[in-house]
Amino acid sequence: MARGSKTILILAPEFDVKPTSNVSTLVETREMSLIFGRQTVLNRISLSIPRGQTVAIIGESGCGKTMLLKSLVGLMKPTSGKILFDGVDIHSLNDVDMTRLRRRFGFVFQNAALFDSMTIGQNVAFPTTQHGVPDGKNSDTLVLDRLAEVGLPDAVIAKRPAQLSGGMRKRVGLARALILEPDLILYDEPTTGLDPIMSDVINELIMRTRRKYPVTSVMVTHDMHSAKKVADRIIMLYPYSRLAKGESQVLFDGTPDEIDHTQDRRVRQFVRGEAGERLMEMRAARTENAGLGDLDTLKHLDARGEE
Amino acid sequence: MHPCTSGKMKTAAIPSNSNRLVEKIGQVSRDLTMRCGNFVFDVVSELGDIVIFAGQIFLWIFTARPKKETLLPNFYAVGVLSLPVVALTGTFIGMVLASQSYTQFKNIGLESRLGAVINYSLVRELGPVLAATMLAGRVGSAMAAVLGTMRVTEQIDALISMGANPIHYLVVPRFLACVLLIPALTVMADFMGILGGYFYSVILLGVDHSQYIRNSRDFVGIFDFFAGIFKSIFFGGTIAIVSCYRGFHCQAGAEGVGRAATAAFVLSFVLILVLDLLLNILLDVAYLAIWPGGAKLF
Repeated sequence: MARGSKTILILAPEFDVKPTSNVSTLVETREMSLIFGRQTVLNRISLSIPRGQTVAIIGESGCGKTMLLKSLVGLMKPTSGKILFDGVDIHSLNDVDMTRLRRRFGFVFQNAALFDSMTIGQNVAFPTTQHGVPDGKNSDTLVLDRLAEVGLPDAVIAKRPAQLSGGMRKRVGLARALILEPDLILYDEPTTGLDPIMSDVINELIMRTRRKYPVTSVMVTHDMHSAKKVADRIIMLYPYSRLAKGESQVLFDGTPDEIDHTQDRRVRQFVRGEAGERLMEMRAARTENAGLGDLDTLKHLDARGEE
Repeated sequence: MHPCTSGKMKTAAIPSNSNRLVEKIGQVSRDLTMRCGNFVFDVVSELGDIVIFAGQIFLWIFTARPKKETLLPNFYAVGVLSLPVVALTGTFIGMVLASQSYTQFKNIGLESRLGAVINYSLVRELGPVLAATMLAGRVGSAMAAVLGTMRVTEQIDALISMGANPIHYLVVPRFLACVLLIPALTVMADFMGILGGYFYSVILLGVDHSQYIRNSRDFVGIFDFFAGIFKSIFFGGTIAIVSCYRGFHCQAGAEGVGRAATAAFVLSFVLILVLDLLLNILLDVAYLAIWPGGAKLF
């Protein structure tokens, strides 16, 4: 059984949604859709993530990656379909059971989402104030251990989030997500906005976390280097509005090696970072906005743009 | 062209123009009706959301006690930090009342009654409304801005993901701080206003001290004092609910946070005045029920 799972059983013996180690799939979405008004963000997404796997969800901005990630931990309620965590439909749980279940999740937010009003020590210790400290452990020791694991000195404990750099804040966010040794860690664009060296530090930390704890990880990213380095499996989502009728929103689901040899043009474009037909769409939009339609004008605009 | 032909053309053109006009009017009235309908729908929907939000606050107040670490900073921000500004504005309002009323009362030879009108106005109306306005401006906007920033920077999502309920953790302490401490701020506004009015009337304008005090005592009763305190509790609750609601439903970006803070103050202020009227009517009815000899309202 997972190390984190043992802790859950010790701390919450009355817990209704106990880890069931015989289920190999930890997270599953079944025909999950997310619709805001008239805008369909996610359409009938069915995924299955086994225990211990590290999955990278890639896709262009606005395709619903972060919404999917937030739905997995109950931060967003799907319009239809189900999300199962360890065999339990999380949206059928009452508030008390959902709160207990959240002890098994760790979420590393895009901009760390550290609480401004608290010190770094208080931020990292926050999950223990909500769920208690595992037996035989001390909250302060846990905080220091987790900060050391992400390579931060003890001195940062008394500082405020505003006093740290972006990379340090992300590492504090990771330490906070790890403090209760969760079964599932979700990373929302962990390397976005960081320099290449700090991005690699974060990638190494994610890999080290996986080696140290038997954790399942889901990472949303635009960074193909990170995805290929860290993930066992890559899933690519595509914006629903751009799909042909009846086409699946999951364009690719395979290993990092397979994604380099995919035949799908859209996946190849994303992996290589090519604008493709988007450039033509931009040109068409510019021409339409200028009220001009002929090819000469288009060429003239392009020439001006190049200047 | 033959005159008959041209005449036909003219008569044929008139219905076409009038049809177009009718169509235009129809289109405009349809648009107007749709806009009015959307506005009413939005207002009713938002009102419903605020009521549900308030319901969740009360549910959490009675189901889980907030922690001391979350209560104390809010009590300090709402109570201690608001005290100087409430005291200062209270003092000046008392003095302004005295300066405005003195000439008119002196003209009819009633300057000795100045204490009665200043103190009655302060205790019954200006004290609670002033304290509430200061609280809405100083604390309400800040609450909306802080919660709005937390929403925009995903700190509220982070709270939820770690198993903390944001209503219980963020809103309940702010609500309790406003409701429990606004009576103290009102008492401070009343007290400083009375002092300011006394200082301006007796010390600066030379109104007789004993008459000023006697009239104040005779005209301002304990009911008036408690009526002011009673109203202030509702004002405090309204400020907290409206400000926290606005913060929670903040739009993205810096502009969204700014709008939430402004809207929190404006809506709180309007609701304070509306509630003031309604609570005054209620209190007058209660007064008449307790002391039937008083003057009838309607």
